[in-house]
Amino acid sequence: MLNYILRRLCWSMLALLAMSLLVFAGVYAIGNPVDILVNPQADQAEITRSIAQLGLDRPLWQQYWHFLKGALGGDLGISFVAGVPAITLILERLPATLELALLAMLIAVALGVPLGLLAGLKPESWPARTIMAGSILGFSLPTFWVGLMLILLFSVQLGWLPTTGRGPTVELLGIPVSFLSWEGLRHLILPATNLALFKLALLIRLVRAGTREAMLQDYVRHARAKGVAEHDILRVHVLPNILIPVVTVAGLEFGSLLAFAVVTETVFAWPGMGKLLIDSIGLLDRPVIVAYLLVTVCLFILINLVVDLLYAALDPRMRLGSQS
Amino acid sequence: MSAMIAAPSPLREASASFVRDRIALAAMVLLCLLLTAALGASLLSPQNPYDLAQLDILDARLAPGSASSAGGTYWLGSDGQGRDLLSAILYGLRISLGVGILSTLVALALGLAIGLASARAGGWIDALVMRVVDLQLSFPSILVALILLAVAGQGVDRIIVALIVVQWAYYARTVRGAALVELKREYVDAAVCAGYGEARILFRHVLPNVLPPLIVVATVQVAHAIALEATLSFLGLGLPITEPSLGLLIANGYTYLLAGQYWISMFPGLALLLTIVAINLVGDRLRDVLNPRLQ
Repeated sequence: MLNYILRRLCWSMLALLAMSLLVFAGVYAIGNPVDILVNPQADQAEITRSIAQLGLDRPLWQQYWHFLKGALGGDLGISFVAGVPAITLILERLPATLELALLAMLIAVALGVPLGLLAGLKPESWPARTIMAGSILGFSLPTFWVGLMLILLFSVQLGWLPTTGRGPTVELLGIPVSFLSWEGLRHLILPATNLALFKLALLIRLVRAGTREAMLQDYVRHARAKGVAEHDILRVHVLPNILIPVVTVAGLEFGSLLAFAVVTETVFAWPGMGKLLIDSIGLLDRPVIVAYLLVTVCLFILINLVVDLLYAALDPRMRLGSQS
Repeated sequence: MSAMIAAPSPLREASASFVRDRIALAAMVLLCLLLTAALGASLLSPQNPYDLAQLDILDARLAPGSASSAGGTYWLGSDGQGRDLLSAILYGLRISLGVGILSTLVALALGLAIGLASARAGGWIDALVMRVVDLQLSFPSILVALILLAVAGQGVDRIIVALIVVQWAYYARTVRGAALVELKREYVDAAVCAGYGEARILFRHVLPNVLPPLIVVATVQVAHAIALEATLSFLGLGLPITEPSLGLLIANGYTYLLAGQYWISMFPGLALLLTIVAINLVGDRLRDVLNPRLQ
């Protein structure tokens, strides 16, 4: 097990290094780094000073070393627009994005597991067929368009929920959150639902396939032969087996939720990292773009690592496989 | 010669089995209609939506079914510039489908070549290629595309490149897996014994056997590519305003949506939805038909 953890850690560090090289190459090789890192409104003297300060007149490998040192120390440049360190801007927006993604994942799991079970137990019944048709629709609907239609229906036509924005926040351990106040929750519910739909469709399919497979296994037949009640078979024998892939996929997909939050945040004007990224791209505020990329990449590698370790903890076959 | 005579029968069998599912058949018909509409956009649409001389700003934001000042009817309404929405959707459909299909085909060719070569080479080359594929697939496609477009800027060529970069790894992994199985088969040994060259064995013997699972992946990927392009265009990172795809049309309607002028965003979205659903249903059915385990 320790061996496995060490190997995963090494792989994560390698991935991080590879991604930092890619981001560096993207910023320094494709575009002119002066255009990317120095404020375009600066005059010639300021540009020369910045080039020397950023080390852009030194060889490429020294520049990469400089960039890496800065990144490790959390120094990713100053935002052209806000005039504060880019990393501060990103970290300020991080809680809003995390809250949105966490609630979306909660909705997807809370609805996806029971619906998938229902669809898997009686695959030919009409509720199962309706659920599966809904899941195909959930896969096909473009997230941003569903968001617009949700606003149109619930905010513009019915007037039940606010159209955009985050609303008031409450401090929880020094972090601003929305879900503790009624008004904040009202702002949160539409974007979170929007973000959850795609993952909900995915989880329904996953749980349905898992249920159908599990119901054919010998242990289910054996439990039936022993006279175990049908709901106990589900609870004790089927559910734990389905939950292994559900935990893995929910974990892995959490990273993609963070990425897709860019779309939902833009539609609902939700003040998270994704909205900041799109605004920064529009304003050509490049240090913020670079900072967003590095923070997201770190989050991703962290999530992948945690999921791998969780998977090993949940599924004994993985641990045995890694020892041999 | 005997192989050529035998060839049509599995294809006919597959198409007969495809047609048996009514929903898939309806999706196929819908997809053909959409493709025809996209190809014939300049003939079918009542107006050239990008010829500014044909637009009348006084006709802006008219509800569906309103009469136009030129005497026609805006069946699906008009947008903020007085553009007939039906025409704009047909032209947008052409761009969306074109970008989606072209990028998928190029990515497919690239992934095929890399996957086949990787499976054949084996050893450290194979390991390296697969690590790169793993690394790329551990990041969601939208993030990779966002990074590329943020660095490289907008344009049709750039979005196609971004969509290719996002997709190739899927094909490379699928091909490599299938090719590894095929390379161990006896017909490959036979071809080696017959003295055929490396390239001929890979492309004439192995390739036809790894294609069916790839066709399924590629069909579904076209839908993904179209949705991704629409999303990126909606975010303002995809296609320029001069060549609006369905995603950009939806984005343009966003501002009017809050005023209750729903049609500018809703109808392009429905066109996008129909396209993606049709492709997904056809892909789903293809998977069942081409999967030997289910027959």
